[in-house]
Amino acid sequence: MNILYNRILGGKTGARGLLVMAIVLLIGIPCALNPFWVNLVGKYLCFAFTALGLALLWGRAGILSLGQGLFFGLGGYCMAMFLKLEASDPISTKIQSTPGIPDFMDWNQLKHLPALWVPFKSLPFSLFAVVALPTLVAFIVGLAMFKRRVGGVYFAIITQALALIFSLGIDGNQGYTGGRNGITDLKTMWGWDIRTRHAQYILYFATCLLLLLSVALLQWLLSGKMGKMLSAMREREDRLRFSGYDVSMFKIFVFCVAAVLSGIGGALFVLQVGFIAPSLVGIVPSIEMVIFVAIGGRASFFGVIYGALLVNAGKSLLSDAFPQAWLFCMGGLFIGVVMLFPNGLAGGWDWWCKKAWPYLMPAAKDRSVKQPAAEFAEVSTKGQNP
Amino acid sequence: MIFGYSLSDLWSIFVMQSFSGLSLFSVLLLMALGLTIIFGQMGVVNLAHGEFMAMGAYTVYLCSTIVQRHCPSLTPYYFLVAIVLAFCVCSLFGLLVEWSLIRFLYKRPLDSLLATWGLSLILQQSFRSIFGAREVTPVLPNWLMGAFNVTSTIQLPINGVFVMGLTLVLTLGIWFFLYHSRIGLNMRATVENRVMSGAAGINTKLVDRFTFSLGCGIAGVAGAAFTTIGSTGPDSGSRYIVDSFLVVVFGGMTRLVGTIVSAFGIAQGQSIAQFFMEGTMGKVMILLVVVVILMIRPKGLFASKIRS
Amino acid sequence: MKHSCQLNYKLRSKLSKLTAALTLAGFFASGLRAADFPTGQVDTTGLAVTDNTITVGQLHSATGTMAISEAGSIESERLAIDQINAEGGILGRQIKVIVEDGASDWPTFAEKSKELLEEDHVAAVFGCWTSASRKAVLPIFERDDGLLYYPTFYEGLEQSHDVFYTGQEATQQIIAGLKWLSDTKHCKTFYLIGSDYIWPRTSNKIARKVIENDIHGRVVGEEYYPLGTTDFGSLINKIKLKKPDAIYAIVVGGSNVAFYKQLHAAGITSANWTLLTISVTEDEALGIGGENLTGFYSAMKYFQSLDNPNNKAFVAAFKQKYGPNSVIGDVTQAAYEGPWLWKMAVEKAHSFDVDKVVAASGGIEFTNAPEGYVRIHDVNHHLWSKLRIGEWQDDGQVKVIYESGLIEPNPFPKGYQ
Repeated sequence: MNILYNRILGGKTGARGLLVMAIVLLIGIPCALNPFWVNLVGKYLCFAFTALGLALLWGRAGILSLGQGLFFGLGGYCMAMFLKLEASDPISTKIQSTPGIPDFMDWNQLKHLPALWVPFKSLPFSLFAVVALPTLVAFIVGLAMFKRRVGGVYFAIITQALALIFSLGIDGNQGYTGGRNGITDLKTMWGWDIRTRHAQYILYFATCLLLLLSVALLQWLLSGKMGKMLSAMREREDRLRFSGYDVSMFKIFVFCVAAVLSGIGGALFVLQVGFIAPSLVGIVPSIEMVIFVAIGGRASFFGVIYGALLVNAGKSLLSDAFPQAWLFCMGGLFIGVVMLFPNGLAGGWDWWCKKAWPYLMPAAKDRSVKQPAAEFAEVSTKGQNP
Repeated sequence: MIFGYSLSDLWSIFVMQSFSGLSLFSVLLLMALGLTIIFGQMGVVNLAHGEFMAMGAYTVYLCSTIVQRHCPSLTPYYFLVAIVLAFCVCSLFGLLVEWSLIRFLYKRPLDSLLATWGLSLILQQSFRSIFGAREVTPVLPNWLMGAFNVTSTIQLPINGVFVMGLTLVLTLGIWFFLYHSRIGLNMRATVENRVMSGAAGINTKLVDRFTFSLGCGIAGVAGAAFTTIGSTGPDSGSRYIVDSFLVVVFGGMTRLVGTIVSAFGIAQGQSIAQFFMEGTMGKVMILLVVVVILMIRPKGLFASKIRS
Repeated sequence: MKHSCQLNYKLRSKLSKLTAALTLAGFFASGLRAADFPTGQVDTTGLAVTDNTITVGQLHSATGTMAISEAGSIESERLAIDQINAEGGILGRQIKVIVEDGASDWPTFAEKSKELLEEDHVAAVFGCWTSASRKAVLPIFERDDGLLYYPTFYEGLEQSHDVFYTGQEATQQIIAGLKWLSDTKHCKTFYLIGSDYIWPRTSNKIARKVIENDIHGRVVGEEYYPLGTTDFGSLINKIKLKKPDAIYAIVVGGSNVAFYKQLHAAGITSANWTLLTISVTEDEALGIGGENLTGFYSAMKYFQSLDNPNNKAFVAAFKQKYGPNSVIGDVTQAAYEGPWLWKMAVEKAHSFDVDKVVAASGGIEFTNAPEGYVRIHDVNHHLWSKLRIGEWQDDGQVKVIYESGLIEPNPFPKGYQ
């Protein structure tokens, strides 16, 4: 029981954070907002998965990837391929010259389902691929990069190039991928209509639960030796290496975990929004995912989730009211966070708890000192020197 | 006769194809030069590089508009002045950015990357607010239009020749500057060993500021030169940045010679692939080759041997 | 509040009677009064209708890469709505517009269309430009039973209960143009070039069938370049090697300028080459520069220089509202038709309900369209329209040199797929 409390829930701070988040997501949002907004929040939460992966990768291990959109896209496309095949049964596609294949293949004069698509007729395989494909790609990339001690800026730029190549590749092979339009018009999953309001609520709750579960898993992962290794790696990698650890394998592992989280986010995105397109996986969305993390506080798992929610909600609201101002805001946020608040929202919260609150309320001081040092306090930006 | 084409036909296609490969090479090199200097000398990745190029292009457009309105008789000459002006505007703005932003982030390269991305978003929106969303093209002097007719079948576009010449002059200039001038010596010394250079009396902060603004100025010249080839819109910066990054990453990011070789390789590869294949497939092929090589040599073709 | 609204409305209807004689809007019956059509009758599905207003949505990209292209559509839809309001609105109700920005991003289009339909309950949406954005919003319109007027010429292969397509579909734009090339210019060999996405690819597929089966010519090359490409050196060399009778180009967006500039520089001009494009309107010509296009041909249903009274009034009204230097392309005109076609359908149906409007739409004739006469197809929601071939002049306008008869829209062309 104690192990459960300390390791999975992450002790007092972690458990409290999980509880607050669960209340906000599972009760607060569905009660306070109308179905349209609940669906939107569900969409934002899909990006929160990617943000969570980045918090682990960038905040904890000090590796910045600018290509998380690649994994988001891999997961999303695996899911979308299954849904598209189910939506293109011979009856509803009888107007095509080859009924029974997805409409965009017919437009591109394909006569048969490509071999690559055939396994995606099965839901279990597709779900497996949502997890396995990002892992595989991350493993190969990680192996090539980390074994040769490529890190820092190089890694960021190369992952960015990979995201670009992936989106160009999808764009260029539209007979097989749907091209620029993406894969659209998805309807049912095993006969269950995912477009109804009822289904969207169910998907929203499923997303929330999966997200909370992921946070708990990450906390469990980091509460053991892994967490210490990552801190050590971020601060003084060479010393860790001198102590006989194979640093690259840790990095590959962390990179794969981040990739899987992104992939799951992508798959859930497809279920809730009903389509996927290359514009969701290229350079720009990949960097936008980094801003969620920077705003939320790069090392705090809860912070980045709130960051993803806030930035996306800001985008939806602001771009309605002042479409021109949105890019200024976004740019300003990037610069402001990096220059003034490297620890983002979580850093601000931490400052409030540790400094401002005890200062304002001297009586509360005793209690707050006894708290274990909040996890994100130790994160310093100096750890990111190459 | 080969495949139904006469030898002279094939010869002229060969000449023109080599020319288009070379002109793509000079375009890519011109794009990447500023980026290499800034990264190679300072370790800062400037994601706003593309926007600096767009700024150079807009400077030319502005000059063109002013000349057209007030003294159209100067149209044949203004372009050269505009290029110099593009350099000045961009390097001054670069100076400002270094002073207000970059200098605080030298110790945090990943953060400087994010901050410059933020800067690029702001610049993009500023271009859109100032110049409108429409793509613009300056009125170019007549001597830049048309082609040299070498033979009746071989035509070399003058704007291509112009960009090539400009690239050559600029590359030679940078090389001469880095290796045969006092400031260049200081710059190289700062890269090799910042602390020792400081001890030897070099003002390393000033050197950094100078390097950054030089890189931005070169980006401005590149943008100005590209107005002869394509149009300029608020987001043309993001179009440029992708190609320039591929060139720089592929070349190993730090050394001038790496950038030159990689620009040459990518340009020739792409132009040959696109001749024998369809356009998109040619581009995808080249990208794949670049990725595979990057997987084998992650630090690019000419990685610097110095441990950081 | 309500009182002042009514006052305002009376004032406007008086004004509209004055202007009716002057504007082309005056051709329409403007005597319908809201009192004759109680809100409970004209709206049975919970749309945003009040006793004196009706709300519609406008969904285009005001920001992002597509903002350049979509600006014209935004402006002309506004113009049409203002004109309709000035002559008394629809069923006596003034049109209110909720403008949303799709930001050139397909997920945003989907999100905003959902907001328009589920939050704002708009009676109709005028919007979308690229096929990708239309594909992204289509499932939402079909699920929520919305009504979309889509202005762009596009690849066809689509027909939805909830969408009206005011631009031409591919066969309308392609077949007549190629036949014209073959008949008057005696072109038999063709080089097909396109940007790499669904519209150019589908269009070229149809073009190839026309060339091979109808005019018994030959396709000597077919190529696609990624959107945004600015280097066409290798392509131009291949064209010179193959020496086709005609170049058939569907290059779009930022690539356009580079493509035509490089053609010009490489000596491919109208002096000894024939080029027909279906992707260059006056909007694009502004960026490309007239001198790079001179003598090439565009096939469209509308050109700004069309010589008829409807178009003269439309161009004058547009320039009065948006400045004397504004240009009007094919899509801008098609977008202008959207609100008018909707108005006619609503007034025929005496209802704003989407199903009734859709049912009333078939066969509606718009005789005062700037492009001349158009009619909504009885079945497939596209427009009967003419095709014109324009020859580009130095000033970025065209001289219309050919005009077809009315062409039936055929989004699922048998034998061309």
